[in-house]
Order: sequence, then structure tokens, then C-alpha cells
Amino acid sequence: MYNFDVERPSTIQDAVKAMGREEAQPMSGGQTLIPTLKARLAAPSVLVSLTGIDEMKGVCLDDEGRVCIGGATTHATVAREAEAHYPALASLAARIGDPAVRNRGTIGGSIANNDPSACYPAGALGSGATIVTNNREIAADDYFQGMFETALEEGEIVTEVKFPVPTAAHYEKILQPASRFPLVAAFVAKFSDGVRVAITGASNDGVFRWAEAEQALSSNFSPDAVAGLSLDGSNMISDLHGTGAYRAHLCGVMTKRAVAAIG
Amino acid sequence: MPKDGGIGASSKRREDVRFLTGNGNYTDDINLRGQAYVHFLRSDIAHGTLKSVDTSAAEGMPGVVQIFTGKDFEAVGGMPCGWQVTDKHGQPMQEPGHPVLAQGKVRHVGEPIAAVVAETYEQARDAAEAIVLDIDELPAVVDMKEAVKDGAPKVHDDLTSNLCYDWGFVEENKGAVDEAFNNAAHVTTLELTNNRLIANPMEPRVAVGDYSRSGGEHTLYTTSQNPHVIRLLMGAFVLGIPEHKLRVVAPDVGGGFGTKIFHYQEEAFCTFAAKACNRPVKWTSTRSEAFMSDAHGRDHVTKIELALDADNNFTALRTDTYANMGAYLSTFAPSVPTWLHGTLMAGNYKTPLIYVNVKAVFTNTVPVDAYRGAGRPEATYQLERLVDKAAHELGVDPIALRRQNFITEFPYATPVAVEYDTGDYVATMDKLEEMADIAGFAARRKESEAKGKLRGFGVNCYIEACGIAPSNLVGQLGARAGLYESATVRVNATGGLVVMTGSHSHGQGHETSFAQVVAEMIGIDENMIEIVHGDTARTPMGMGTYGSRSIAVGGSAMVRATEKIIAKAKKIASHLLEASEGDIELKDGAFSVAGTDKSVAWGDVTLAAYVPHNYPLEDIEPGLEETAFYDPSNFTYPSGAYACEVELDPETGQVTIERFSAADDFGNIINPMIVTGQVHGGLAQGIGQALLENCVYDSDGQLLSASYMDYAMPRAADLPFYDVDHSCQTPCTHNPLGVKGCGEAGAIGSPPAVVNAVIDAMRSGGKDVAHIDMPVSPARVWAAMNG
Repeated sequence: MYNFDVERPSTIQDAVKAMGREEAQPMSGGQTLIPTLKARLAAPSVLVSLTGIDEMKGVCLDDEGRVCIGGATTHATVAREAEAHYPALASLAARIGDPAVRNRGTIGGSIANNDPSACYPAGALGSGATIVTNNREIAADDYFQGMFETALEEGEIVTEVKFPVPTAAHYEKILQPASRFPLVAAFVAKFSDGVRVAITGASNDGVFRWAEAEQALSSNFSPDAVAGLSLDGSNMISDLHGTGAYRAHLCGVMTKRAVAAIG
Repeated sequence: MPKDGGIGASSKRREDVRFLTGNGNYTDDINLRGQAYVHFLRSDIAHGTLKSVDTSAAEGMPGVVQIFTGKDFEAVGGMPCGWQVTDKHGQPMQEPGHPVLAQGKVRHVGEPIAAVVAETYEQARDAAEAIVLDIDELPAVVDMKEAVKDGAPKVHDDLTSNLCYDWGFVEENKGAVDEAFNNAAHVTTLELTNNRLIANPMEPRVAVGDYSRSGGEHTLYTTSQNPHVIRLLMGAFVLGIPEHKLRVVAPDVGGGFGTKIFHYQEEAFCTFAAKACNRPVKWTSTRSEAFMSDAHGRDHVTKIELALDADNNFTALRTDTYANMGAYLSTFAPSVPTWLHGTLMAGNYKTPLIYVNVKAVFTNTVPVDAYRGAGRPEATYQLERLVDKAAHELGVDPIALRRQNFITEFPYATPVAVEYDTGDYVATMDKLEEMADIAGFAARRKESEAKGKLRGFGVNCYIEACGIAPSNLVGQLGARAGLYESATVRVNATGGLVVMTGSHSHGQGHETSFAQVVAEMIGIDENMIEIVHGDTARTPMGMGTYGSRSIAVGGSAMVRATEKIIAKAKKIASHLLEASEGDIELKDGAFSVAGTDKSVAWGDVTLAAYVPHNYPLEDIEPGLEETAFYDPSNFTYPSGAYACEVELDPETGQVTIERFSAADDFGNIINPMIVTGQVHGGLAQGIGQALLENCVYDSDGQLLSASYMDYAMPRAADLPFYDVDHSCQTPCTHNPLGVKGCGEAGAIGSPPAVVNAVIDAMRSGGKDVAHIDMPVSPARVWAAMNG
């Protein structure tokens, strides 16, 4: 890696200030960023570590009953502490990567990076979560804007993610054999006023909501309801591990299985 | 009652204590006073004319000691190839030059162009980024069949084409083979690819060069499976250093799998630069560099045909294979698709006529060479897939078809130039059928189907040839090296022994199993014996470890040396006991006179050898140290039968291995636990090839599977609990221990069983798939099911 300075603020306010430095790069768990730095594919002048900010850590419930997770909370912590409130989300967190990733990687880092094959974007979009930053709140529907693209502005930090808790939900994934990221995964959440389905790993535009499946499941929440649906594979990721057509097919299988798991 | 020491005991691996407690001494642990670090600037272009390498801006960068380019190596030799294959017309293969640093052209992504030596690794890397390359990109050739077409871009302008050789084996049999196909009652044809692999040992390659001005001596510390071979090749062919001025040390090595056999440019560079810079120079490969600079494995494209008579007897076999050499000839590359592959095509079957054609092709890819099994997995895979396909076409049981065609009488001379000394293929198949619980399969399939899954069963046999030999034969076949092994046994005055072996252990457990053999022969505790390997200054000239040769060849050399020790010790004992030498018996570490109660302990004899006060000085020299070189008269031929049971998810194409049974015949066994471990490791690599691993280039010669994000390694969760048995034992007839070799069997024998099982599962789901290429990934299975 190239040389860089490290800032380790202990408040959001100081972090925002540090991010004002030229070529500053926020770093949370570093599970994506550090390998990128080691491969010399990024050259920030300052790394602003977010993991020393206590106000960005932990899992709690707000007045509306939403599960609120600090941006610097590790996947392992979410797996443990969200279990009682939102088991499907806790299960998603418990299955990300490997133990090193789960104990270093954070929800804010994952959401900010918006890898098209990451797990958390599906959980956030599928839950209709609200992404809280140092200066605003953004609905998940507006936040995820494409592969590695988000609504975040330069220097903006994800401080918290608020998840409305559905009556039932499930995250179903099939792993890419090498990276063990999802090859395709579906997060299905059943709310009293409808169903949300978010798909990760499949689209060249990153995580997306599958409207037809949501509609079908809102009127008939059963695996059969999505059996006849299909997605167009032409704009889906096509690589060594599967064609767009295969991924489009897997969207249906993962969604169906998520619904079946909810029962 | 299991033995608690000696031959046949499952002694715990003594080397594991240091490995597991962080006390191993790997090459990267070696740091010499004043050492500098080298970073190689490698080509990111697969094929191009290297017009200039401008190092001027980099020279002045902080910490830079010296920068080297191809020009600095014009006066030294190129990387040598250790095997010359003669083609079917009697002509030698085309052998291109292979520079230490690129000269004139770059020919694969990852080829080193320049080397920056600096005070720190980071400084070297920084300076390398300031080197300006001017490369005119040329069209790359990646596909082998395209590469041999007229007008294809040439990897080497000075060769007539990209065809390294066109090998026919046995050329004289071709007419008779073709005739047998004309007369066949049935012909089964199969076209397949044996996927290209990257070995990925846990420890990446490392080299540390050192030079002593006072004595003019060079030392290279390197991650090698055969330090004497590196010393010979690098000293004699690359750098012109006489062997008495060059020491090569390969200390603890964290896995080799073949890819650490070869002599690499980085080794020659560090040795050269240590003298040029007058300070030690160290290189540690990053994992990214390993993907594009370690020799790759496999990569065959094959058409194979089997002729059968009306009674389903195999009458002839014919193959047509394209074998990828990559951009240059790695050390033993030409031998892999020929003498390590063609000679195995008979497999376990008495097919009377065989013709093997292999076209070795240069492409703009990393050089390809031996990888665990080396040629034998390629032979086994195509043959065992073909036999399964034939059984399906004929509507007969695949096991019955195999049994019907088994070789049953030994020795057996195959039509592909080797003679199997011993074996019992019926016994291993009997054992396998018992282990695999074939009777219970139907019920297990029903259980899977109840869950919406398909279940398949696949079987295969394998034969392998270990301990390639003898030297005078392999010399005729083109080897530019001998293939003996050596051992020096040094007995100390107080009775302990040091065995200095030319074999090299990089995971095989030699320090334990070799000691067991000597302990058994003398009748002393294993812990009195130390095994030394991996240092040309300490061990006799030896050829190292590959091809499952260590116990069969290196172990035999050690036995011969120990026999000499015992013979001399008996003479000393006869003197001490005042008895005739012929009456002396050695048992449980004591020498006794037959028929009397007179005896003398091992330690008294060894002490007398070094304190020869009461000693027959007029008859024998003092001291107790002997060396033996052992050159085997033949290969050894382990064999076995493997079965795999898979569950297949028809919706996703995912395959999981539910059961895996392996019945092997390794002859006599020194340490059953170590043998089981070797089989487990081999199976993991074979299953890895079958299900997961795939090295892929795009048409421009860019390596797509260049990291673990895209190159899928097998993990524990991908593998079943294996059922491994090696109770079927037909001892090797021509080496003193009756041992064969077990290191590669698992990797050789497992891929066809996996693929045969997957195809069986797909058929049970109503999809009659003729073949599916490895790796049998979910995407491929789904495509095959829905194609």
C-alpha cells in the first residue's frame, strides 16, 4: 500500500471534520478497503477510522419499534444483538463472509460501499430501512443507486441504519464458489401492508426491488405465487460463475425459497 | 494390536510440533544482515514487443539500490528445460529461449520485465511504478487449437510455429489401432477438457540470495521441493556457478504440489543480484504474483475413443490431446503430457492396442508444468469418463464393464511401454463396493428425491506410476537428469543417527516416517533418529520430492545405506564378542551371537566405532557413516478404486458430495496415519478440480481467475468425511520396502468419480447428459440440465 495518514476521531463531529481533509477516505471495518489498499488500487492521503466512535455503535429499538444499528456496528454484533428483535436481519449478518469479516466489517461500511453482491444492501432495501448520515435521513429506496453507487455525497458518513421490523422475513442466498459472496440472494420481508423483495448479486445496477414478485406475494404469500415469474437476464451480471440468464433464474429460486422458509 | 513404533505404526508427525507452535523455519523467516528487497515489474500485457524499459526516473527514487532489466542478463544463460521430447517424426521438440527478465518481447501476463532492488520492499515497489515501459501490443494466442492454425500469431518468432511437438505413442502401433477401430463392434467417443489449475500452496514462493566475497560462495534459500536440482540447473545452465561454490537451502516448505519443483527466474535473479549488489537480496511472492508466476497445471483438450468387441472387451484405445505449455517451457513441462500421461493410458485394463497423440502448444499464458499427479490425472480422467460413457451406451453396469476388462495377471506389459509389477484390481474393487454400500444407494436416492434433490453414484479406477525410473531408461526418453535418490546415514558415537536424505519434505511427514524405517531395521527408538533434508551442503546429491517417489526411491536409498551401517556394525560387534561375523544377529538394538546369550548393545558398538580402542583396525576403518544411491529398476504402480455419491439441487445446479470412498493399494505401508492424511489431501485437490477450481484466461490473455475472489479453492465445508482404506496390499516387487507411493493417488483418482456421479444424478432427473466439463459448477450443471 501507499503511505497515508490515519485519523481516529471519537465523535461523528470530529469524523466529519477529518473528512474535510484532501483525499480523505472513511474506513470502517476495512474488509474491502484494506485489500484494495494492499493491491495499490486506492491511494487516499488520509484514512478516517470510524470504529472509535462510540455513538455509532450498537443495536437498539427506537420509539417506532425500529431496530436502529449504529454505522460502526460489526456484523457479529448485529448477529448477536438484533436476534431478539429482527431474527432475519440477525441471520443475514451471521452469514456474511467469514469470522474475520464478521468481527471487523460493519453495516455502515457495507451500505456505503454498496457492492453489487453484498448482503446488507438487500437487507436494508428489502426492509425499507432508513439510512441515517451525519446530516440527513435517506430512504433505502432512494439510497441505493447502482453498482457501488449511493446517494451519499462526498465526505458524508453513514452513522445509523433504522430497520422497520416486518411480521416475517427471510434472507436466502446461494454462494459464489470462490469469493463466497452471494451469487444471488433474495431478502423477502412481509409487512402488514405488503411484501418487499430485494435482490442482490444479480443486476449490473446493483441491489434492486423485484416489483412483480412483491405484487404477486402481496396478494398471495406463497412459493407458488412467484413460480411463474421471470426476470430478464440481459442486464444481469455475467461472469465466470454464471450467466445473466442463470442469475435471473436464481432470483426466482431464491425468492421462492425465502417465501417457503417464512411459511 | 497396533505397533507403537517402527514400520506400520501410526507415529505422530514429529514435525507438526514446530509447525503448529509457530516454530517452523520457512524461507520467509530467513532474514540476513544487510538484506535488500526486490520487487519485480511484471507484464500486464500478454503479448507484445518490448521496445524500451526506461528506468531513469526510478533510479533516483528513495531507497533504490539497483535496477535490473533483461539487458543485465544477456550474458547469462536462460532458464533451462529438463526434458527433451522427440516428436513422432523423430525430431526434437521446439525449445525456445527463456530469459530471466524479458528480452525483446513479453509473452504472458506476469512475466518479469524489470527488477528493482531497494532498502525496503515498499520502496522497491514505489520505484517500479516509476519505470516507463514502451510495449507494442501484439495479438495474443490463448486457445490451443487456434494457436496451431496457419497464420496464428507466434509466441516465439524464432520457432517455426506454436507447436512444441507432435508426439505419437506408440507410433508403430498406430496402424494396428486404426485397424482395430475399423473392426470394432462398438466405438465410444468422448471430447473433454482437463481444466487448468493453479496449485496455490499455502506458502507463496520466496527466494533469498546471498554472496560471500571472502570465499566467492553463493547461497540461495528457496521454497523448493528439490534443492539439488535447483543448484544443478541454476549453477550449470543459468549463472555459470560451479556446484562447490553454490549452496541451495530449502528449509521448511509450506506445500509444493509440484509447483515448487521447477527452477524459477526469481531464484536465479536473487542469486545473481546478491553478488551484483554485494548484499543479500530477498523476494517474497505476493499471492497476486503467485497466481501469474507459479507454473500452472493440467490444461489438456482431448478427444478419446474406445473400441469394443461384441462381448464388450476393450480392443483398442485412441487419444488426441492438445496440451498447453504456456509461453515458455517450464523445467519438466514437456514430460508431463507425454511420458507421465501416455504411459498411463492403459489404466487398469488389458486393452491390447493403444495409440496416444499429444500436441504440445505454446500460448501467451503462464507456463504449465507438473501439478499433483502430473499427467496421470489427465490420463485417468479421460479413460475413466470414457469407460463410464461406454457402459451407459452399451447399457451395462459400469463396475461390471471395468471388472470384465481388468488386468488380472502380473507382471503385465502394457502396450504403452510400461510393465506393472504387481496389483490386484479385483481386490480394491471388492473393497470399494463394500465401503460404498452400493446396496443402500437406492434408499439414499429416495431420501434425496423426497427433498427435491437428485442423487448420483459414480465410480472409477486408477493406476498410477510413482518413482519415475530407472535413470538409463528416462535418459533415453529425454530426461536431462538422473532419477535416483541418495541417503547418508551417520551414526554418532553414542548411538543416535542422522539420516541425510536427498528427498525433501514439504508436508509429507518424512521426518517421522523415514525415522520409523531406520528404527525398525536397527531395533531402536525412533527418537534416536534425526532426518535432515533440504540443504545441498548437508545432504548428498539427490533429486528431491515429486511424483510420489520419496519412500519408494529415497526410502530405498536410506534402507541401502542403513544395510551398509548394519553390516559394518556387525563386524565391529563380532570383534567385540569374539565371534564369527556370520553368527552375529541384530535384534531390538542389540547384537548377539546366535545360539548363545552373549550380546553387545547398539550403543557399545557405535562407541567402539568412534573410540576404537578395542577395534579391528587392521580390517575396517573407524567411524560409522555410509552413503547409498538407489536407482530403481521400474516405477511403482499404486492402484485403487474410488466411489463418489453426490446430491444435486436441480433448481440451482449445486452439487454436494455426500459420500466418498477410496480403496487404495499402496503396497506395504510405513505409517498408516500419514498415508491416510496424504489420501485426504489428494482427495481435497481432486474434488477441488472436479467441483471448484478453474484457471481462466480471456481471449486477450488476461488472467480472469487472478485472485481468490474468482479462483475457487476447496474448503472444509465442501468436502465430506472420507471413507479411506488401504488394507489391500500387493507389495512392490522391486524395492526393498515393498512400498509404492501415496501422495498423488487422491488427486489422480477422484475427479472422474465425482463427474461420473454428477452425470448419474442428472440422468436420474431425466436429463441424459453425455458429458460435463470440470469444474462442475452450479452454473454449468444448471445449463446442462436446461440445455
